[in-house]
Amino acid sequence: MTARIIPTDDLPGAREAGAVYFIDRALTTFASEDQQTYRNGLPALLGKTEEMFPGVRSFSAATPDQQDQILHSFDESGQTGRRAFRPRGAQTFFETVRTHTIIAFLIDPDSGGNRDGAGWKVIGRERAHSFQPPFGAYDKDYPGWQPAPDRTEKTKT
Amino acid sequence: MRPEQPKYKTSDEVDFLIVGSGAAGGILAKELSTNGFRVVVLEQGPYLTETDFTHDEVKVLTEDLLTNHPKLQPTSFRKTPEEKAVPQRALVYGRLVGGTSVHFTANFWRFHEIDFVERSKVGAIAGTGFSDWPIIYADLEPYYTKVEWEIGVSGLAGASPFDPPRSKPYPMPPLPVKSSGVLFERAAQKLGWHPFPAPMAILSEPRAGRSACVNCGFCLAFGCEVGAKSSSLVAAIRVAERTGRCEIRPNSYVHRIELDTAGRATGAVYFDAERNVQRQKAKAVVVCANGAETPRLLLLSANRQFPNGLANSSGLVGKYLMLNSGAMSMGVFEHPLNDYKGFAVSRIFHDFYELDAHQVGFYGGGGLDARFDFTPVGFAMGGLPPGTPRWGQGFKDTLRHNFTRTMEIFCHGTSLPVETNSFSLDPDLKDAWGLPALRMTYKDHPDDIKLGNWMNLRASELLDAAGAQKKWSLPAQEQQFAVHLLGTCRMGQDPKTSVINADHRTHDVKNLFLCDGSSLVTSGRGQPTMTIEALAFRAADRITALAKRGDLSA
Repeated sequence: MTARIIPTDDLPGAREAGAVYFIDRALTTFASEDQQTYRNGLPALLGKTEEMFPGVRSFSAATPDQQDQILHSFDESGQTGRRAFRPRGAQTFFETVRTHTIIAFLIDPDSGGNRDGAGWKVIGRERAHSFQPPFGAYDKDYPGWQPAPDRTEKTKT
Repeated sequence: MRPEQPKYKTSDEVDFLIVGSGAAGGILAKELSTNGFRVVVLEQGPYLTETDFTHDEVKVLTEDLLTNHPKLQPTSFRKTPEEKAVPQRALVYGRLVGGTSVHFTANFWRFHEIDFVERSKVGAIAGTGFSDWPIIYADLEPYYTKVEWEIGVSGLAGASPFDPPRSKPYPMPPLPVKSSGVLFERAAQKLGWHPFPAPMAILSEPRAGRSACVNCGFCLAFGCEVGAKSSSLVAAIRVAERTGRCEIRPNSYVHRIELDTAGRATGAVYFDAERNVQRQKAKAVVVCANGAETPRLLLLSANRQFPNGLANSSGLVGKYLMLNSGAMSMGVFEHPLNDYKGFAVSRIFHDFYELDAHQVGFYGGGGLDARFDFTPVGFAMGGLPPGTPRWGQGFKDTLRHNFTRTMEIFCHGTSLPVETNSFSLDPDLKDAWGLPALRMTYKDHPDDIKLGNWMNLRASELLDAAGAQKKWSLPAQEQQFAVHLLGTCRMGQDPKTSVINADHRTHDVKNLFLCDGSSLVTSGRGQPTMTIEALAFRAADRITALAKRGDLSA
């Protein structure tokens, strides 16, 4: 399931980042309250698999395309939401797994997830703890701060 | 790293008891102990230091390592006093030694001259308690300078034509420019505006035994692991401790201030780490618990003399809450900005600090900044454009392309003081100690929303001028979550319309002082901590003068 949320392509996905192992640990630590969500959700996932694709014996036995169709049926919310100050408040099974997968993929690798910095490789975040300018493409040829040309004439309005 | 502290007995009547060790409390502890007074600081949160801080988003953001915890201290929210409040997380503040200054973004704008006298200039605004301050900018200017030099602010004096007068330049040059800052600066200048290097309470060079910023990229919501962010923790508390007269007592949750029969504060009652009740005696009490917890403590301290809350003869304790209005636009550019590197903000402008209400049709003003304050997980959860798939290949592709190419423009603005916007005690909800929980009542004044959306249009124009390949705006909405906690024990000359006087002394109790975001009369334009700290330096001078002439013990 995590491997469909963040699939593997030419770069690592949730699988390479060890998301499942991170979630196992999460469910005994910071996310212990979500255990029941998983307990209820996993049988529902199996039930949906059998309902949508008779003869397929488990979610993991389904093809990636079938898995996506199953997950779509669980994902009721559609699109990305407004930014939240803190990642919290996941409620449905799918939303809980999605949130945990994203955390597992992108958390600071020193925090026990994001194995080998796999997620940060994907998003282009270097793993160092300190950086020196220039930082990016637009500040590299910056000549130094210059006041706006008209500023001597400007008065408060 | 921590100097030895004195250990006062709770029965020792110390000179000052300070409740809260944040932006204001830390500075008052530093100043009062430096001035020779014996000081106890009671802080409800733990004493953490640089080695305890981490980039772990789960610990910091999900488990509230540094902040008030919604399980221990639940809160409730409603829009208007007619509604019954429902339990929901209504606010965040730093709950540790150093307070919110440990985890803030560190934008350190001074208020301008207009902020203190705007009511006189623009007149009354219906439905609000819009008022002038009892002090003016010139009263505070020396203390803004003290904040810059003693706490540590990087910036470039004279860079903004809108800046108020100053007596000294900044002690350090501005932090390096980020790619977001360059894009912002060029576009703003193209549009005829006046961008300048953002003043930030982050060291651009080593100072006072602290390291310069190493640009690690975990600033907003995180504690600085190298001590470069100028929190009260590293810039004030440690100075207070070195005096040998100041004891910082963490894990001490004050819930009552007691009076004697003469109506003078005798100290505070608190729960220690084991939840035993303790009473610390003091000659005077200074409450710096923030704009939510300060009024709550006064309301919890109601007694026979003050049945509606301590020092609340005006009935205004907890009222006129202001959160600052805000709105945000985001843009994605062709090449990587790598804006995750470094502190959040490197360029701002103040061209819209004072908008003409006749021209725009609403009261207000503000500033815009170029920033990137997303952590990696936070970006994946809320930093992608509307319409992006929430999972799967499309999600991953967008994440991969956008993370290094995105910047934000944040619009910060005024909030009008509306009396019904408030913190009060929830009649039903209790915290883990059995005390009444905070209830927030808040509905933005319509002008605050109009201002946010007006500024967001300018932000959108700016993103176009900067050449964004994609842009979107998150409009101003009625707020239900508080970060800036302002105005709830306002300063004023008239005891009927304010809670404290210009010396931060409560009108009702002679040896009880309040200093933090609650003291503000108006909201400023969105970056209040610099002003809270300047007020704290000034309050320390005023309180010292009163103490030295025996005016606290009479």
